[in-house]
Amino acid sequence: MRRVTLLAMQVGVGLAFLLVWHLLTAVPMSGGKPLFDPFFFSTPLDVLARTWKDLASGELWYHLGITLTETVLAFTFGAIGGIAFGFLFARREILASVFDPYIKAANALPRVVLAPIFALWFGLGIWSKVALGFTLVFFIVFFNVYQGVREVSPVVLANARMLGMNERQLLRHVYWPAALTWMFSSLHTSVGFALVGAVVGEYLGSSAGLGYKIHEAESVFDVTGVFSGMLVLAIFVIVIDTFVTAIEKRLTVWQPGTGAATAQG
Amino acid sequence: MHAPAQVREADSPAVRLSQVAITFALKGGGTYQAVRDIDLAVGASEFVAIVGPTGCGKSTLLNAAAGLLKPSTGGADIFGERLSGLNARAGYLFQQDALMPWKTAIDNVAVALEPKGVPRAEALARSREWLSRVGLAAFADRYPHMLSGGQRKRVALAQMLIRNPQILLMDEPFGPLDAQTRQIMGNLLLDLWAQDRKAVMFVTHDLEEAIALADRVVVMSAGPAARIVGDYPVSLPRPRDIAEIRLDPAFHAIHKAIWGTLRVEVQKAYAQGEGGNA
Repeated sequence: MRRVTLLAMQVGVGLAFLLVWHLLTAVPMSGGKPLFDPFFFSTPLDVLARTWKDLASGELWYHLGITLTETVLAFTFGAIGGIAFGFLFARREILASVFDPYIKAANALPRVVLAPIFALWFGLGIWSKVALGFTLVFFIVFFNVYQGVREVSPVVLANARMLGMNERQLLRHVYWPAALTWMFSSLHTSVGFALVGAVVGEYLGSSAGLGYKIHEAESVFDVTGVFSGMLVLAIFVIVIDTFVTAIEKRLTVWQPGTGAATAQG
Repeated sequence: MHAPAQVREADSPAVRLSQVAITFALKGGGTYQAVRDIDLAVGASEFVAIVGPTGCGKSTLLNAAAGLLKPSTGGADIFGERLSGLNARAGYLFQQDALMPWKTAIDNVAVALEPKGVPRAEALARSREWLSRVGLAAFADRYPHMLSGGQRKRVALAQMLIRNPQILLMDEPFGPLDAQTRQIMGNLLLDLWAQDRKAVMFVTHDLEEAIALADRVVVMSAGPAARIVGDYPVSLPRPRDIAEIRLDPAFHAIHKAIWGTLRVEVQKAYAQGEGGNA
């Protein structure tokens, strides 16, 4: 399918959804009232108008900035921690064996239950949200790096050793790039989780951020406000994801199937 | 014992495997003896090919000479010195792709000089030279996945040879390539080898390839507990052309003699059900 056709169809689906929503909530039916009560379901035009107003007034940018800061910090710390521990555990088999049940247990724990604890420890500012995002990102990166280091091709490794590389050189030329590959493959997931950590943390207790905005609207039954917050969140996620894809493309040029030139002869 | 070390080194073969047996522990318990009673010497400028049926432990022998595997009994002497740990004097060309996929062709070659402490600029210059020797000057900045199988082997060959190892260990290096590419690679290898005649241990299951390349062909028996059952000199003149030498009547005579021994082992291996999983 051509790109333009595909894009037109994608936009078409969105417009159709908005149209149905509009027909159900904003067009008076036989009884003089729309089929669905706008109080519970809002209307697309109201949501767009509200979003535009918040953006124009500049209030939304402040909240977006807070959420973005929390996301970036949670991702950065989570990735650094995950890489460091992933490496350590993969290279020291004994550590991995001893800590295995605890890591599994910690990872199995639903992170939402930690949010109040973090609020208690780190206060209602950004750091309790960063901590929540960290616990989500850390495990994804940790498991991927651990796997990546352990599953380095034995042939590539044997070859590197026959070339005379010492442990430090193996780390730099073989283990590190292999681990990074796996980390990049989970980049979308881990950035997504950093954002989830931030928004859920804000939702459960804060005074700023997109999660706070949504929670605030919900508490006064402002459905338009809730949908407006969700719309902004969705756009925000798509923008971040596009950004991640661009980074990924730059860093993985050496991998097959990334659109680079292929073999000829 | 009384001779000075240097003299002894000059007289000693590049690789001598003596009374080598290699036994693996199996996962479900028990053991598997891959090879036994291996006595094999490879001279300092000798090209030795090792042939045998699939699964007979040919690669195991190379790994013992490389120091990647420690023999259960016996040992490997490298220029008269008992090997412990990796064989620093050997280069290894693997059957599978062994290049670092995250490095370009030139970086893959240049990284081989890093353990020797060669400065980066010099390493790159020498790598460029080696890439043109293997005919890949125009492909220096390609990543391995952008190269064909034959091109990747050329890069691996340059990566091995740039370190100037005294012993070349090759494990069916051209096995995955198509027939034409194998011939081209064989001729390239002979050209490069003729320049300084290193010791070579070349494992293959292709008898014709073995005769065309080598000074000596060693035949191994079917596994398990494979041993050496034949050792044939190949007195064909050099320089050789891989494709043309196969038409030489002397080639046919040698082939016939070796095949007489090899055929028995191949049939044994096939009867054991090893023939199917090449």
